[in-house]
Amino acid sequence: MAEPVLVLEALSKSFGALKVTDGVSLAVAPGELHALIGPNGAGKTTLVHQISGMLTPDAGTIRFRGQDVTAFNAEKRARHGLARTFQITSTIASLSALENVALGVQAKAGHPLSFFRNAASDERLNRPARAALDAVGLSERAHVPAGSLSHGEKRALEIAMALALEPAAILLDEPLAGVGKEEGERLIGLLKSLKGRYAMLLVEHDMEAVFALADTVSVLVYGRVIASGDPAAVRADPAVREAYLGEEG
Amino acid sequence: MSATPATAEVTSVAPPRERSRVVLPALLFLLLALVPLAVSFGMPAGWLALLTRALIFAIAALSLDLILGVGGLVSFGHAAFLGIGAYVTGIMITEGKSEALVILPAILVTCALFGAITGAVCLRTRGVAFIMITLAFGQMIYFLAQALSAYGGDDGLTLYEKSTLLGFNPFANRTSFYYTVLIALGGAYLLVRGLVASRFGRVLRAARENPTRVSVTGFDVTRVRLIAYVISGMLAGLSGFFLANHTEFVSPAFMSWQRSGELIFMAVLGGVGSLHGAIIGAVAYLIAEDALSHLTEHWRAIFGPLIILFVLFTRGGIVGMLRKLGSRHG
Ligand SMILES: Nc1ncnc2c1ncn2[C@@H]1O[C@H](COP(=O)(O)OP(=O)(O)O)[C@@H](O)[C@H]1O
Ligand SMILES: [Mg+2]
Repeated sequence: MAEPVLVLEALSKSFGALKVTDGVSLAVAPGELHALIGPNGAGKTTLVHQISGMLTPDAGTIRFRGQDVTAFNAEKRARHGLARTFQITSTIASLSALENVALGVQAKAGHPLSFFRNAASDERLNRPARAALDAVGLSERAHVPAGSLSHGEKRALEIAMALALEPAAILLDEPLAGVGKEEGERLIGLLKSLKGRYAMLLVEHDMEAVFALADTVSVLVYGRVIASGDPAAVRADPAVREAYLGEEG
Repeated sequence: MSATPATAEVTSVAPPRERSRVVLPALLFLLLALVPLAVSFGMPAGWLALLTRALIFAIAALSLDLILGVGGLVSFGHAAFLGIGAYVTGIMITEGKSEALVILPAILVTCALFGAITGAVCLRTRGVAFIMITLAFGQMIYFLAQALSAYGGDDGLTLYEKSTLLGFNPFANRTSFYYTVLIALGGAYLLVRGLVASRFGRVLRAARENPTRVSVTGFDVTRVRLIAYVISGMLAGLSGFFLANHTEFVSPAFMSWQRSGELIFMAVLGGVGSLHGAIIGAVAYLIAEDALSHLTEHWRAIFGPLIILFVLFTRGGIVGMLRKLGSRHG
């Protein structure tokens, strides 16, 4: 089996007395879609924040592409090929969809901060940006300001922004949150189309989506991974059924 | 406003907002270029001096708009750069170095250094703390100038000579002074506009709205802001050069926090973030100040509330108002 892209080793994080991440270890292999499920408040978002560098863990290490990145800040991790989306949509509202994606292309480009050329008409940025928009089905909406897109379109845009970084791994924090059934199905289709091409850590509430997409499922409860393995085994795990799936009825 | 040729075709090529970004600045600079002509046709000559002063402040307000309007950083110490530019000019002329091509590099280097050092500290903070720290650095420079006893200290420094440019005397004559400042303003405007449209500018704009997103995209937000802060300070230093030559006098008051506040007022009055708005705001501010100060001694007490009301009710300043008018008729 290939060397994992992303490895968490005994990660821990507390907010005051509340232990939100409690000795979490997991690994994501290249091309693997690893789903992370767990009830509200289990600490999933906090874990994604630590992996992306927005929060510093109290203990443990994060290895990415064979390198210890625990001490790297968010922008350095992004430059190393770690992309993410947010549970609460995070785009640049006044910039067009194309410009939002071009921002990511620019981060990867040779002169990310060049002062002289007009960026909006720079085909070296726009061509890859259009390709990413195309991949998520937003080519028709390229010139619409991100703030005016529908909620589902914004979620797709965030995925395109992640793809623009040509990442080695993508962290997806509840990409289906707040999305209607139809748009949800389109997004699941999109994630399916990306499957195998990127290592993905997918935090998701929608069980149907998780069991349809995931190669591996880990279950987080009170900051602790209580089960991890292939979807069928996890679904059958009595501890999981009691702690989590049971509550869904 | 029947002059606007609002055919559907034009609209489909460039949305009204894009159009106003070309038409309005072009109109503005054309009007400004015609001012000396108007004076020779009977406009009171005092206007030329007033508008020269307005254009000098327009350079400073424009430079502030780069960090305030585009970058979202409310600096309350921007007059420090203007003051540094003026003082470097005053001191160098006093020391017998009046050539602009010697003074200007000295100003740019000093302002860049001051900007890099203070910016690196200020940009560690956000929001109100940022405002307070920029204010503190501004006051620091103010007191430093007061302590410069060799160059007038508290009383300021009178210049008995003006700068030369390549041996010529562009500041000796009112009209050529005006055009020199107008050309500098035009150059500064194009430069800042180009910056805002560049890759760098896109990151700066994006970071104003959503710094978290920009940093997880792989950009060092603080570094981008620092670069903007330094460039903005250098441009404000340029306006200080003209101001010293125009008033033939420099004093610590040039860099007081009130002056920094006035620069913010100018940018906000014109419409923040549009760049040409800062120019319009500076001109409007100086004309209004001149008119009101002729009316009453207590003009500041009227002027302040007036500006606040205007900004509250127009949202987007003068440029925002013009844009609304334009889109209603377009
Ligand atoms: N910055 C914070 N300070 C204090 N508590 C927090 C903070 N962020 C999250 N929490 C708490 O940590 C727990 C886990 O939150 P979160 O990671 O958002 O869970 P999930 O994404 O699984 O729903 C919750 O109880 C939440 O209230
Ligand atoms: Mg969450």
